[in-house]
Amino acid sequence: MKRIAGLLVVVLAVAGVLWADSALSINGAGATFPYPMYSKWFDEYHKKNANLQINYQSIGSGGGIKQVTEGTVDFGATDGPMNDEQLKAYQDKHGSGILHFPTVLGAVVPTYNIPGVTAELNFTPDALAGIFLGKITKWNDPAIIDANKGVKLPADDIVVVHRAEGSGTTYCWTDYLSKVSDEWKTKVGKGGSVNWPVGLGGKGNEGVTGTIKNTPDSIGYVELIYAESNKIPYGNVKNASGVFVKASLAAVSAAAAGAAKEMPDDFRVSITNAPGKAAYPISTFTWLLIPEKFSDAGKRDAIKGFVKWMLADGQNYAEALSYAKLPKEVVAKEVLAISKIQ
Amino acid sequence: MASTTTTVPSAGPVAGSRSFLSRLRQGDEIAHIITFLFAVSVVLVTLLLVFDLWQGSALPRHKFGFDFFRTSVWDPIFDHFGALPFIYGTLVTATVSLLIAVPLGIGAAIFLAELAPARVSDTLEFFIDLLAAVPSVIYGLLGVFIVVPLMRQYIQPALKHSFGFLPLFQGPAYGVGFLTAGIVLAIMVIPYIISVSREVLLSVPRDQREAALSLGATRWESTWKVVVPFARGGILGSIFLALARALGETMAVTMVIGNTPAISASLFSSGYSIAAVIANELTEATSNLHYQSLIELGLALFLLTFVLNGLARLLIVATSQRGAGMGNA
Amino acid sequence: MNSRLRWRKFVSGFMLAMTGVCALVSVSVLFLILGYLVFHGGTSISWNFFTKLPAPVGETGGGMANAILGSGKLLLLAALIGVPVGFFGAIYLAEFSGSTTAFVVRYAADLLNGVPSIVIGIFAYSLVVLPFKHFSTLSGGFALGLMMIPITLRSTEEFLRAVPNALREAAMALGASKSKTIATVIVPAAYRGILTAVLLAFARVAGETAPLLFTAFGNRFWSQGWNQPTAALPEMIYRYAISPYDDWHRQAWAAGLVLLGLILIINIVARAILSRGIAVPRT
Repeated sequence: MKRIAGLLVVVLAVAGVLWADSALSINGAGATFPYPMYSKWFDEYHKKNANLQINYQSIGSGGGIKQVTEGTVDFGATDGPMNDEQLKAYQDKHGSGILHFPTVLGAVVPTYNIPGVTAELNFTPDALAGIFLGKITKWNDPAIIDANKGVKLPADDIVVVHRAEGSGTTYCWTDYLSKVSDEWKTKVGKGGSVNWPVGLGGKGNEGVTGTIKNTPDSIGYVELIYAESNKIPYGNVKNASGVFVKASLAAVSAAAAGAAKEMPDDFRVSITNAPGKAAYPISTFTWLLIPEKFSDAGKRDAIKGFVKWMLADGQNYAEALSYAKLPKEVVAKEVLAISKIQ
Repeated sequence: MASTTTTVPSAGPVAGSRSFLSRLRQGDEIAHIITFLFAVSVVLVTLLLVFDLWQGSALPRHKFGFDFFRTSVWDPIFDHFGALPFIYGTLVTATVSLLIAVPLGIGAAIFLAELAPARVSDTLEFFIDLLAAVPSVIYGLLGVFIVVPLMRQYIQPALKHSFGFLPLFQGPAYGVGFLTAGIVLAIMVIPYIISVSREVLLSVPRDQREAALSLGATRWESTWKVVVPFARGGILGSIFLALARALGETMAVTMVIGNTPAISASLFSSGYSIAAVIANELTEATSNLHYQSLIELGLALFLLTFVLNGLARLLIVATSQRGAGMGNA
Repeated sequence: MNSRLRWRKFVSGFMLAMTGVCALVSVSVLFLILGYLVFHGGTSISWNFFTKLPAPVGETGGGMANAILGSGKLLLLAALIGVPVGFFGAIYLAEFSGSTTAFVVRYAADLLNGVPSIVIGIFAYSLVVLPFKHFSTLSGGFALGLMMIPITLRSTEEFLRAVPNALREAAMALGASKSKTIATVIVPAAYRGILTAVLLAFARVAGETAPLLFTAFGNRFWSQGWNQPTAALPEMIYRYAISPYDDWHRQAWAAGLVLLGLILIINIVARAILSRGIAVPRT
């Protein structure tokens, strides 16, 4: 017994001794979609600033908004901008506001598994809305066949797969569907979690991809990065200008460029179904949520320094990870906005 | 002779033993109090948890009242929340998992306690305990990679072929669903049943077995009719542990159940459980009503566990033979 | 030998064989899992894995050293909370309490056991994180400790009850007080079972992710002391497994393997050190 007690004391001491207090530690929480990007950025930034540790954990956009409002983390991150109600809640709790800073862009693509079909399918907005509403039930439905002349589609039932948990990916997808289909807007709406009319729920992009791979005649939506890393087939979507566009970093940037002209000052904007011939219609910004007022000057300067770096050098890391860079106009506007952080 | 009253000396052995006794009693008193405090802390923590859940679900309780438990719709955008599909899914998956795990688990425990030589039994037990340590995420992933394809390609079609006349085995089979979730849960809870049951069976005194055998019982009869009833309490306790785990398991279930709030008689159907929906939507819930409705679901699960435990205990009392060993669930 | 006896003998042999089958099925599932983990994650286990911090995507040579230490710290805290409450509570239930209190406590423990791990996480969040306004190892350990309590309590109680009354009576006959009987006779007699109960509870919480999401939070760097967010193995497995990168997937499997290995080691060490108590010979 004494031996165990002694062992315990030693272990506790060792664990407690790891209290090297020289590094400044900042915590952030939020969206899962940009997690690979942010973890790369914070690691790189740490290499340049050994005294600064920025710890970001992806607990979900909703989680990020909640925790930054509660004050348990220093900054948040979200795939869907905070709505007015949430902004007010933050203002009421802290006495000052919170700022949105777009960081990178991403896209959501429709992926499918139809036995015998290897071609890239074209999807019109009506087709996608109809499939996910449960109104288009077979692959050889005219709405799908018309856009894919020359492809032999079977008369099988479509199996719809969506995300089980709330996510920014779902937010982007449903935001797009709400814009292109009035029926979707009134029946289902847009959000991180919705009441899906049909379909199975897969957990995470991994879950959706896995389910699609294992289920013939299925269709679902995943992030572009995911589709590319896992080399799964995904279709082209018809954009607002009538062109079938395949998701790519260039197409996403094109969508953002269109929105850059009318970017509101608080950067809260949706770029789904953006105008422009080359624009991919299911694209989205993702934002960092940074409080306007910091009580700790060290943390404030650290974060300002990071945002500056992120808008300049940081952007160069994006494409290697399949995220699209911010358009120049947006970057310029954000640099000006940094001064709002006090 | 004048009668002299002799006083029995109050000092001496009697008084000495009284103070010794009181010291003993004090030692016992202290032990009694300390252990009581620990035991009561369990109840207090549970009550605090319920209180926390109750407070945290004020909005939906006022808005929906009892309709929460009768509605089947779960719509975070239009703020309609109903718990029925989740309660159904939780019950179905827990039932399926216990139906599989209890016979398998008790059978294995009997084997390990009665038949296997000591070394073999200890080694195998070691490994079975490891099963309890496999992270639930890994169970979920293995479910997705191994169990789901197996179900979809072989097991579900086979069941449909042989038993398709039952409503349990009808409908499209995607691999995910109630049955798959039940199977994965069964694998997860089996270590608890085996581990605890085996230990309790091992502690049944030898003379019980010998008495049965000497009366002419076969090995099996001695085990099943004498030893197992003697260990009944512990075995039932292990089943309670397993039930609790099956009701509350989050990660593994959400990866293989299909995550559709649906109520269906078919075991092949995709469904949802309370723990799974809480895990999936809690971190992303942006509206207060959504968040608190999920908390109310947690409260609903609490209620469900309460009722199930109560029913199980009633069942045990109703079926217990008088004077059967240590039945003490 | 009449036919009835033949039938009974047949049933006996058959049922006992079936129990063997049950055991075989249960154990083979484990070996399947282990095999899968080794096959997919074995290649990622290297010295780096145990000593380096996580590397960003695309860079090799990263490890999970902080997660391993984090899990260790969390489990230590969990044990400090879960084991005493479970152990002493069980002693109360088995030795001191009346049947009503015992009923209530057992019921409460079963209820607590059935609470989804994420709800326990939320509970710990509102109790330990919100008041201090930051995530910490402490809150994670608290959440895991709560989860350990029911398993430890219920199982230990069963094993204490399984000790034959004859032992208790013998001790009392020799003049020992109740507390002394418990400490020197009953608990040592139930040692094996109690150890099993504690290790089982330990194993259970070692693999839990959900309660840690809102308490320990996770950390890409070393966690300092007990009041900072910390990484933990199950949480890393979760994040890596649902990521889009193959390298991270392999690391997730490797982490699963390491976690199992850790529990195995703890099991072996605990049994070795603590089994030198008075063991009632196996009947």
